[in-house]
Amino acid sequence: MSVDAQTVRRIAHLARIAVSDDEVAPLQGELNAILAFVEQLGAVDVADVEPMTSVTPMAMKKREDVITDGGRAQEVVANAPETEDHYFLVPKVVE
Amino acid sequence: MTQLNELTLAEARDGLKAKDFSARELTEAHIAALEKARVLNAYLLETPDRALKMAEVSDAKIAAGEARPLEGLPLGIKDLFCTHGVVTTAGSKILEGFEPHYESAVTHNLWRDGAVMLGKLNLDEFAMGSSNETSAYGTVVSPWRRAGSEAPLVPGGSSGGSAAAVAARLCLGATATDTGGSIRQPAAFTGTVGIKPTYGRCSRWGTVAFASSLDQAGPIARTVRDCAILLGSMAGPDARDTTCADLPVPDFEAALGRGVKGLTIGIPKEYRVEGMPAEIQRLWDQGAAWLREAGAEIREISLPHTRYALPAYYIVAPAEASSNLARYDGVRYGLRVPGRDIVGMYENTRAAGFGREVKRRIMIGTYVLSAGYYDAYYVRAQKIRTLIKRDFEAAYAAGVDAILTPATPSAAFGVGEKASADPVEMYLNDVFTVTVNMAGLPGIAVPAGLDAQGLPLGLQLIGRPFDEETLFAAAQAIEDAAGRMSLPKAWWA
Repeated sequence: MSVDAQTVRRIAHLARIAVSDDEVAPLQGELNAILAFVEQLGAVDVADVEPMTSVTPMAMKKREDVITDGGRAQEVVANAPETEDHYFLVPKVVE
Repeated sequence: MTQLNELTLAEARDGLKAKDFSARELTEAHIAALEKARVLNAYLLETPDRALKMAEVSDAKIAAGEARPLEGLPLGIKDLFCTHGVVTTAGSKILEGFEPHYESAVTHNLWRDGAVMLGKLNLDEFAMGSSNETSAYGTVVSPWRRAGSEAPLVPGGSSGGSAAAVAARLCLGATATDTGGSIRQPAAFTGTVGIKPTYGRCSRWGTVAFASSLDQAGPIARTVRDCAILLGSMAGPDARDTTCADLPVPDFEAALGRGVKGLTIGIPKEYRVEGMPAEIQRLWDQGAAWLREAGAEIREISLPHTRYALPAYYIVAPAEASSNLARYDGVRYGLRVPGRDIVGMYENTRAAGFGREVKRRIMIGTYVLSAGYYDAYYVRAQKIRTLIKRDFEAAYAAGVDAILTPATPSAAFGVGEKASADPVEMYLNDVFTVTVNMAGLPGIAVPAGLDAQGLPLGLQLIGRPFDEETLFAAAQAIEDAAGRMSLPKAWWA
């Protein structure tokens, strides 16, 4: 499978990355090179093979449902580009 | 007397214990060395004040007879590990100036054991690269040069700053991470030792995520022993990472003397790839001969799905990366570039903040996870991952204790030499290392010789899950037979 220019723009939008017109053609070439490389996986017989969902055979760790941390609002927002009263500020999303 | 920064980590530890020198003197020697080595661009951030403060605490501990396992030993930290109050960038513009309010589990364990932080080390952006050339803060220059040439070489990647700093004696050892070969390939390129432990041996908490089912932290150092010492401190259970194993950390250093007598070492025929340089084949044969002479049985084995590991990796890793890197949205931390509306802000922020390789991997990941392609790409790749793991399980079930392969398909290449339009050319660097991440196994790269141009070449040993001890024993046997790698003189100073 390969991607066309329109698909490159669609993927970029899904990935929330702005691409300029002159970036589309090089990206298309690079993505198609990668897709051509992974094409060989189609030759493997994967009938009756379970997809890997856990790297090591282990049960997910669980812990008591208790509060272990908190009260760090200032630390949480300390690296944010724009904040007010411990809130993150974003451009208006509701008209 | 030897310059203090030329000592191995184990020698420095013993010298501090014997009070031959102080932690402060040891730290000052390293600060002086790294200040003279800025042309290598290995350190993104030097933290000399913090290092000297930590060294003073260490000297007090030593004087009081309370020395901890890594007391007073100066280390470099890959800039993927969050460090409390010390800027952590992941080699990306999108995290420029990011100052974590917490400490990664791995670095926390090192400071708990008395180590000294010299600074943060350069890397490929978000650990995506095999040459350190994707760093937003410039490439790292390897301390190695081809015989008779001054052309700059890459140190490998993504832990290029870690490998270069260790090889150039700018720290006694360094932290690194490995998602597809990012510890083992730069170690091989720089004549250093690097181990990627079993998935789950080290906590991933507080380490900037790339591909969560593949990422593992490990050390790079100048000897097998130094790696064993460092991993012993870095590893250990952590409730904050649900995939971190609840297993006690073995005494890795004690395993070094076990030898390889009675071990069965597998030689996988599928690693004899087409076009492999004759000197890599010779090195591999030599490694097998060394292990045989040390008492191991050498057996040819088959890992039939080897060739599918790299293409499957280039589906799984970008898919996980596209999900992990969704957090860089210009809202909670890092760069923000305004836009027409909130989506425009996201798109402009990520366009300006991410470099080319990172964008390309996020886009591939987004594509293979998108509606209509998920089964054909992602699910198929995860099934192939099961097959790759089964290959290893079958070999181990048949009595193989560890597997010997070359670490890389070539020696280090020049800066800019692989800048072609086809990204796959760079990806092929990881052809021997990536299988190990796909199966979650431990792998160690150990220097074994030089190529015709005088550049180091490494061998890789792959072990059973949570059996790093056998890898340390076998790697020590190779180091004993090959002799300690003689590192380049400080042309940069």
